[in-house]
Amino acid sequence: MAVVEKLGGDGAGAQFVPCWSCKGPVAARALFCHTCGAVQAPGAVDHFTRMGLAPGFDVDDALLEKQYLGFQRVLHPDRFAAKPARERAIAQSQSVALNEAYEVLGDPLKRGIYLLRLRGVNSAAADDKTVSDPALLMQAMEQREALAEAESVDAVENLMIAVGAQAIQLLSDISRAFADDDLDSANRFVLRLKYARKFLEEARLKRAALES
Amino acid sequence: MLLQIHEPGETPEPHALERGQAIGIDLGTTNSVVAMVSGSHPEVLRDAGGDGLVPSVVAYAYDEPLVGRMALAELARHPDLVISSVKRLMGRGAEDIKKLAGALPYEIAADAAAGGMVRLKVGDRVLSPVEISADILRALKARAEASLGHAVEKAVITVPAYFDDAARNATKDAARLAGLEVLRLVNEPTAAALAYGLDSASEGIYAVYDLGGGTFDISLLKLQKGVFQVLATGGDAQLGGDDFDHALAEWAMKRTGINGLTSGEAKILLQAARAAKERLTTAPGAELKAVVAGHEIRQSIDRGTFEILIEPLLGRTLRACRQVLADARLSATDVKGVVLVGGSTRVPLVRAIVADFFKQEPLAGIDPDEVVAVGAALQANALTRGSDTLLLDVIPLSLGIETMGGIVEKVIERNTPIPVTKAQDFTTYQDGQTGMLIHAVQGERETVDACRSLGRFELTGIPPMVAGAARIRVTYAVDADGLLTVSAEERTTGAKAEIAVKPSYGLSDDEMADMLRDSLTYAREDMEKRLLLESRVEAERVLLALRAALNADGKLLSEAERAEIDRVAHAVRERIAGEDRAQIHAAMEALDRATHDFAQKRMDIAIQMALKGQRLDEVEAGMATDGAR
Repeated sequence: MAVVEKLGGDGAGAQFVPCWSCKGPVAARALFCHTCGAVQAPGAVDHFTRMGLAPGFDVDDALLEKQYLGFQRVLHPDRFAAKPARERAIAQSQSVALNEAYEVLGDPLKRGIYLLRLRGVNSAAADDKTVSDPALLMQAMEQREALAEAESVDAVENLMIAVGAQAIQLLSDISRAFADDDLDSANRFVLRLKYARKFLEEARLKRAALES
Repeated sequence: MLLQIHEPGETPEPHALERGQAIGIDLGTTNSVVAMVSGSHPEVLRDAGGDGLVPSVVAYAYDEPLVGRMALAELARHPDLVISSVKRLMGRGAEDIKKLAGALPYEIAADAAAGGMVRLKVGDRVLSPVEISADILRALKARAEASLGHAVEKAVITVPAYFDDAARNATKDAARLAGLEVLRLVNEPTAAALAYGLDSASEGIYAVYDLGGGTFDISLLKLQKGVFQVLATGGDAQLGGDDFDHALAEWAMKRTGINGLTSGEAKILLQAARAAKERLTTAPGAELKAVVAGHEIRQSIDRGTFEILIEPLLGRTLRACRQVLADARLSATDVKGVVLVGGSTRVPLVRAIVADFFKQEPLAGIDPDEVVAVGAALQANALTRGSDTLLLDVIPLSLGIETMGGIVEKVIERNTPIPVTKAQDFTTYQDGQTGMLIHAVQGERETVDACRSLGRFELTGIPPMVAGAARIRVTYAVDADGLLTVSAEERTTGAKAEIAVKPSYGLSDDEMADMLRDSLTYAREDMEKRLLLESRVEAERVLLALRAALNADGKLLSEAERAEIDRVAHAVRERIAGEDRAQIHAAMEALDRATHDFAQKRMDIAIQMALKGQRLDEVEAGMATDGAR
């Protein structure tokens, strides 16, 4: 599809494409054609734009959910059950894009990794790359040893409370780092958050094993 | 400029109504129910005696299969020709059945061992569970048609949330065989919540505890402003009220020292056990009576003994409840209401343990046997006539791919909202490798053996490279019915392969084609008719879009140009009225050519406007952010 670019503006948002249904011009980001009403394919926009939210680490969960449900209300394929197959398929791709955006923005860890990527930083937390943060590795090792030695539900829960508090602290650390545009620190804190999450998951499993 | 956000479904277009009324079907293990919305109220369709339940039983004693009570009546005379609880075999292979050996009173056809879906030997016939389910669906369709007085072609069919991809596909195949188009497969607990949600306009977290004849589901839903959002779902696809019957029958056999029953005798004993179980729901004691293998079984049982027998089974349901709460990161006290679904929730002990677990009395205002069909009817109505409610469901079991050493790499985690698409990159492990076998599996375990095989296919045409150099992107796409499509692409060359996963234990395309040929209700003409309908709908869409474009920008055309477009559009309209699909397509192509210059002019005008500083996107970007309300 021919994308007409840079039409006398800053270029970035000034794109429009022919509507697949009536062939007339429609903004690349529009959900529905203003002429014929046909649902449009999801544009290549970032998750924040898709949800109508300002990009940033601090996301209001209630607002995110409201936006998500609002968009699903009009774009979910069930709304197009009586429409031609092609329109249903387009609605499905819109719904898929919303689910993906909701998953990423709704989870601070995924959101942090995603924000870093938007800023051109490929976070080590994004995959299982080797980690070169000796302090983090040392702390992770100590915590794991403590978990391995914990023999009661109470002991496991005490560890969970401690690491959970660290995770909460990390959220405000990450937020501040992004606010200060300090991407190195943001990257480091995001990786720590990933380790804290992993630990909490293992602790939950151990607690379940001890309980049964 | 007009900024209308078209609200789909609010004002159904003419063709939407033509597509006709859709019914809701609960295709259950023990009983099935059909319901529809008439006026604004959902209604269960009943027989002359007022009974809404159609036993999911088919008798193959005569030329035409008998379904429901009439089939049950044949049980004493032709136990071998009467098939029940076939839902437990949907999408199952011979290997699965071995695990259930003894628990199922069926005779498995010998050739089933060759792989593919299990087949049952019923007298002279060899039948797949899909065909048997299709017979039940035909009976339900007939009941609806008798009540409406005209043909019914569309349905929403419910499946257990815990049904895997193979079982979902099998259900859809059965509907196709019965001549029903499936608008949506809806998870049973979600349908039940829909039935309750409409009445009470409730908001908050609800748990749906669904113990049917053969399956157990537990789902957590968040209800707010008409949106039913499934947070997590879990359960046990092989646990249900049938197991209570088995426990009772085994107890009776142990007490009387009878064993080695034939499958027909086992059915009679199980039927007697079921009757005793049902009496124990209201009475403190009951008698289990049956004549099998020349012996008369007569055993008194009190409710307490029955409860001891079924307690371990109920423990398994509570384990699933705990898991699903953990998955949703919730505790039992977060749950605002508990909905009971399934005939097995009539058992007093079930109600007691659910109340104890969630610390509240469960809701049971709607008949637990009918509530799912009521929800399905509401959803069928919503899909055909529009509605404010929306179901957002999740995938019940993780989807993965086999990697080296039989290890499963998860591609989509369970409880991910659907529809969803996820991609992962893989690479070759040998120098010069030109093909790659993609094996899709479903389940939570880490090895392929412990998961369910959904399908395999091969990506070929990978250019020879050193091991690890190729970049193969495998994409899993799950639609709103929870059905999976897998595609694979070698990214350096673009070599592609795609399959809609035909489950290993499903029907092959050839088998399906054979069955369709054999089927009386779904002849080739029906297929053609359906394609013709789809073409008409598409052509109507093109004409509507053109009318909108002409209303907005018709002034760009000269009178002669306008007349030519009108002429070609009129030809499309004429073809729509005809019966020839090819002609509709030819007319649409002619229209596409005839409007090409018009479309170009519209784009050009937009460019000029943009150059003048009237940026279209500034106006329309508003739509992208204002859509959420």
